[in-house]
Amino acid sequence: MMDCRRKAQISRAILVLSTVVTGSMALVIFLFLFRFSLPLFSSGSLGKFLSKNWDPDAGAFGVYPMIAGSACIASLAMVLAAPLGVALAVFMELYAGSRFSRFLRYFVELMSGIPTVVYGFSALFILVPLVRNTFRYGSGFCVLSASLVLALLVIPTVSLITMDRIREVPRDFVLAAGSLGASRLETLLRVQLPYAWRGVISAVVLGGGRALGDTIIALMLAGNAVSVPSSLLDSARTLTAHIALVSAADYESLSFKAIFLCGLVLFLFSMFSIVFLRVVERLKE
Amino acid sequence: MNRVVVLTIKVLLWVTAVVVPCFVGMLLFFLLDKGLPVISLKLLFGDVAPVKALLLRERVFDGIFPAMAGTFLVVLLSVMWAIPMGVLSGIYVAEFAGGTVKKILDISFDVLASVPSIVIGLFGLTLAIFLHKNISHRIYPCLLISSAALAILILPYIVRTTELSIESVSLPLRLAGLSLGATKQRNLLSVILPRCSGGILSGVILATGRAAEDTAVIMLTGVVASAGIPHSLFSRFEALPFYIYYISSQYADQYELKKGFGAAIVLLIITGMLFGFAHLLKKLVARKINGFD
Repeated sequence: MMDCRRKAQISRAILVLSTVVTGSMALVIFLFLFRFSLPLFSSGSLGKFLSKNWDPDAGAFGVYPMIAGSACIASLAMVLAAPLGVALAVFMELYAGSRFSRFLRYFVELMSGIPTVVYGFSALFILVPLVRNTFRYGSGFCVLSASLVLALLVIPTVSLITMDRIREVPRDFVLAAGSLGASRLETLLRVQLPYAWRGVISAVVLGGGRALGDTIIALMLAGNAVSVPSSLLDSARTLTAHIALVSAADYESLSFKAIFLCGLVLFLFSMFSIVFLRVVERLKE
Repeated sequence: MNRVVVLTIKVLLWVTAVVVPCFVGMLLFFLLDKGLPVISLKLLFGDVAPVKALLLRERVFDGIFPAMAGTFLVVLLSVMWAIPMGVLSGIYVAEFAGGTVKKILDISFDVLASVPSIVIGLFGLTLAIFLHKNISHRIYPCLLISSAALAILILPYIVRTTELSIESVSLPLRLAGLSLGATKQRNLLSVILPRCSGGILSGVILATGRAAEDTAVIMLTGVVASAGIPHSLFSRFEALPFYIYYISSQYADQYELKKGFGAAIVLLIITGMLFGFAHLLKKLVARKINGFD
């Protein structure tokens, strides 16, 4: 029989081993993406890959339109989702305890569980025709359609995080504001929300990450045209949709290598947003 | 605050609180309206007798059974990879890692959690190409690669919930075991882990739901529109989310479209049940901890 110390050593070794594997996974993914997009950097043709033209047949592999598409769709989604999400959080806190507020809380949690492909499928047949008929322009597959649905996807993230952070505000502050004659709404808007500003930023940045990283909604609803959108009703292609649409028939082709540049851009963005959040959370009052 | 301002703000809050659920409700209602009439055994099994299909005696071509089976298998496999790795890492981070190591691990898991799923799919695809070139030419994107990529997707969630559950165990409880002479390992296994198993389980179920609904990862790593039930780890497979996406872009007639609606409802029910169960469990755990400590 093994003695205790030996057992402890073995179990510790197993823990360390699995942690090394899982802990280095993000780094491994980064190195893979970097390694496979390296030919683009070293060939000195990076400028070519950031140009506005994507036409593999003509040898043009610019991913700039996809970067622009991602930026447009995600930022419009956040312009909608950030205020709506924060407003929902404030509403749920303002009427905390009421039946409608409880229902809303369940509903928002339910929303976070709805598969994105289900949102996309439903919106394809109800929102896209609506947009097409309302604006009488284009096919309805556009930045606006994708952003509207993406906003729904992101709202639960924003409002649940914001609500948690509003609740973490020390009780004393809330009571003090109340005893000075502030109403519940005034306390929320003038004391709790400003106190939890880092939380609100976290909620919005994490939500933005979800909006930028989602593939299927933009793929189904934005039309996937490779051009820089000039209006909300133009079709656009996101970085994520571009990766999904790659025809990987030829792994050596340049158009396949350009995919890794898209992946690298997405990875770097999510990494920087996490680092940014760390810095924000550290800031003193 | 001015009364007009207060009133305006309240109106805006109410409008938000009503409009957002209505919009989502509209999408869901539309789906149920179109999809519920289609839900039947025929949707699942087509013209094949259900018993024969379930026993794998006959291949289903006209139903979503192969897609459901594919989703089930790929999710089961990915959870099988992710649970041991994730829980062990969570335990290490919560109990053993200190100072700088813990900070680095925390950032690493945060970054991994925020990596878009399509990028993880791309990683899986690259891995398949790499293995194909260097290990065996028989390796293509397949069930095994997909499940591994999905495991990477859900790993950070499992690590995080394990870590948080363990850290939520109160200090007196931790010390009780140790003061009775238990070793750190024994205390972990006999006192702390049983105490937070519910929390870990609810995290695992949530992660399962995420794996079941994700389309982007499997899209690049081996899912196809028609494959039947996969026979080995190295075969291609079908999956519900991909089936829904595929129908939306390729449907040939109204009947196929209706099957898409049916499949969307089935997926909604599956993930809904997983999320509901996880939330219920979380609530029970919270009550237990609050009532006890």
